[in-house]
Amino acid sequence: MLAVESLRVTFRRDRAPPVEVLRGVSLTLERGATLGIVGESGSGKSVLALSVIGLLPRNARAEGRVLLDGTDLLTLSERGMRDVRGRRIGMIFQEPMTALNPAMRVGVQIAEGLRVRRGLSRGNARTEALRLLDRVQIPQAGRRIDSYPHEMSGGERQRVGIAIALALEPDLLIADEPTTALDVTVQAGILDILGDLVADLGLSLILISHDLGVIARLADRTLVMHRGAEIEQDATERVLRRPGHDYTRTLIDAMPRRARATLEAGRA
Amino acid sequence: MPDLLAVRNLSRHFTAGGHTIRALDDVSLTLAPGRILGVVGESGSGKSTLARIVMALDRPTHGEVAIAGRNLFALSLRDLRKARRGFQMVFQDPYGSLDPRQRVGRIVAEPLHLLPDAPRGSERRDLIREALRDVGLSPDDIDRYPHQFSGGQRQRIAIARAILTRPRLLVADEATSALDLTVQKKILELILKLRDDHGIAVLFITHDIGVVDEICDEVAVMQDGRLVETGPVRQVLDAPATAYTKRLIAAEPTLAVIGRGARQPASPDAPPHDPPHTVRP
Amino acid sequence: MRRVPATLWIGAALSLLFVGAALLSRVWTPADPTGMNIAARLKGPGEAGLLGADQIGRDVLSIVMAGAWTSLGIALTATAIGGAVGTATGMAAAAGRGGFERAVMAANGVLFAFPPILSAILLGALLGPGAGTAILAIGLFMVPVFARIARGAALQVWSRDFIKAARMAGKGPVRISIEHVLPNISAQIIVQFAIQTGLAILAEAGLSFLGMGVAPPNPSWGRMLSEAQTYLSSAPHLVLAPGLAIAGAVLGLNLLGDGLRDLTDPRRGQAA
Repeated sequence: MLAVESLRVTFRRDRAPPVEVLRGVSLTLERGATLGIVGESGSGKSVLALSVIGLLPRNARAEGRVLLDGTDLLTLSERGMRDVRGRRIGMIFQEPMTALNPAMRVGVQIAEGLRVRRGLSRGNARTEALRLLDRVQIPQAGRRIDSYPHEMSGGERQRVGIAIALALEPDLLIADEPTTALDVTVQAGILDILGDLVADLGLSLILISHDLGVIARLADRTLVMHRGAEIEQDATERVLRRPGHDYTRTLIDAMPRRARATLEAGRA
Repeated sequence: MPDLLAVRNLSRHFTAGGHTIRALDDVSLTLAPGRILGVVGESGSGKSTLARIVMALDRPTHGEVAIAGRNLFALSLRDLRKARRGFQMVFQDPYGSLDPRQRVGRIVAEPLHLLPDAPRGSERRDLIREALRDVGLSPDDIDRYPHQFSGGQRQRIAIARAILTRPRLLVADEATSALDLTVQKKILELILKLRDDHGIAVLFITHDIGVVDEICDEVAVMQDGRLVETGPVRQVLDAPATAYTKRLIAAEPTLAVIGRGARQPASPDAPPHDPPHTVRP
Repeated sequence: MRRVPATLWIGAALSLLFVGAALLSRVWTPADPTGMNIAARLKGPGEAGLLGADQIGRDVLSIVMAGAWTSLGIALTATAIGGAVGTATGMAAAAGRGGFERAVMAANGVLFAFPPILSAILLGALLGPGAGTAILAIGLFMVPVFARIARGAALQVWSRDFIKAARMAGKGPVRISIEHVLPNISAQIIVQFAIQTGLAILAEAGLSFLGMGVAPPNPSWGRMLSEAQTYLSSAPHLVLAPGLAIAGAVLGLNLLGDGLRDLTDPRRGQAA
């Protein structure tokens, strides 16, 4: 359903030559599949996500093609892109505290898109918001729907972020470091929710992380990126067990030895 | 060996809106010279409050912190300042812990303020250049500004500052959490090397069991301001005594199961995975 | 490097014109700004001098230039005093926290609530009108503005980890404020300084208009306006010249401040 073909992104800079932050990256994603994108900071993995949803900063120029069911998103107008965002592609951000409006109750924030974009009445939108909060396993959703973001824990806020991304029933979710700001115990819960959503709703998922442990947990296929270029792309199992590139091996070696040991154990 | 750091019955209470929050609740622990003690727990467990009080940046509600046998909170201001050269700190955010307006040389030299007979002029510069070399930077970096460095390099600058007065205790508060894993690995190696070369003891605050396993000798597990378990790393990680420690270990990212196909069905009540079966290389 | 915003260029050009005219007036003006020439009385622009002559035949361009010097002198001195006192109290409030901070900010609130014209009249009654009174009245009015901005900016700096590192080095609040806080808030203070200087020019003109500025025959834009009122219909250039000078100087300094703010705002930088 999603095909990115030799995507190049360059950033114009004042009084300096432009920098190329994506140097021709290609990928395909099937309906219902999960693709992990792993790389260090500066690898271009977040820029890749922003190009797909058309939220690149103004000084960026993208070349290549981003095909969603055959439509090239790079050629769409901003108005056309607005229909894609939310409705076709949902986005989950790293920092749930800044992605949510601190002055709005979470239920209202979830219902906002439902009312504006799907034309639901206030009451229906609230019912739907409640259902979504249940879906992302917020306990006592009926009470929590009227909370403000600051009254929730980091994990709960990220669940709300997922509920908002789900509200317009997109068929592709992009999660950019969704658990990096969270405790490991909370991270596990969030990843499970994402895994369940993909399985139950048949969603496609692009999961971006610097942590192979996070990628390994959910991704069928993995794309390894380094300095704006693709290093390798294959079934996660193959990438982890038989890395085809020294850089992938460096990433695996950087994991704490406990995690690496589990890789060995899995092979035995 | 006598303890370098002894924390005794430490409590720190905050009052907010009529409620008392026990950020630290009767915590006691000790650390011997040249050892690395990991303090692990989730956010809100009180581990950062502990770090701040051990560094005398905050005062406890009850209890005491003794470094080399002297209770920090019984010292006069002048004596506390004298004592400070013996303990320094490395912070989590390498972008927030260096003054963007100062050059590296001035940043690293800051703790020299603690020494009444601190070297001046070229002797001072040599000392700073040596500290930069110690942490794997170039001595010529002395005249550059923080924004010219990567996150990992900036954390090295922060470490150079912390070791300049040759302290015997270093507190690292999530010092590698903001870094890429490849960079984290190198910083952990640097901390181990400083311990081996200079015999510095380290109180390593982290939320990451994998990091604890990597560099710590002992570990203290904290939850809601209390110490729930403490002991040698091997013992605590291989045979955790409390449910909370087990839960922390179970939540670790692991490479044991790959992809959703292999994922076990999740239940919100139970830990999603059994503790990973660890094999030592 | 960042692109310099257009507002900054326009602001800098206007401010430079204003400062340049003020400085030039010390060494050269087209005519003696106090020299009367009854024959040229109320002549329009071009008929007598570039901007015409006033009701007692003085060259308007020369008075406007000399008035720029008066205006600049009072505005800069007042803003410098208000800026220094305000920044110091704001930084002290941020460093002290607790009761001291509340007391400082409460005092600021009271000062801020006092209309500057009223305080100038009170001061004028006490000290008599003159440049010193104008400087004191305007400077006093600047203190809470700078105190508020300095405190807000300083509080942000105090929350950074490098302050904790400085405390680990045994440094006290005064030393930390000077070594770490001030350099990190200076950009915001400089921006505000430009904007407040513009406001000070406006305030000085207002005080002179009411007869509480510098004493005649020292030239002053505000007094020019006040004296020209009578001739508004017969000699409009007498109102327009000082009016435009005031508007241009205030606008220039405001644009300069806004432009500097845009330039120093880190959010303007593109995240790569």
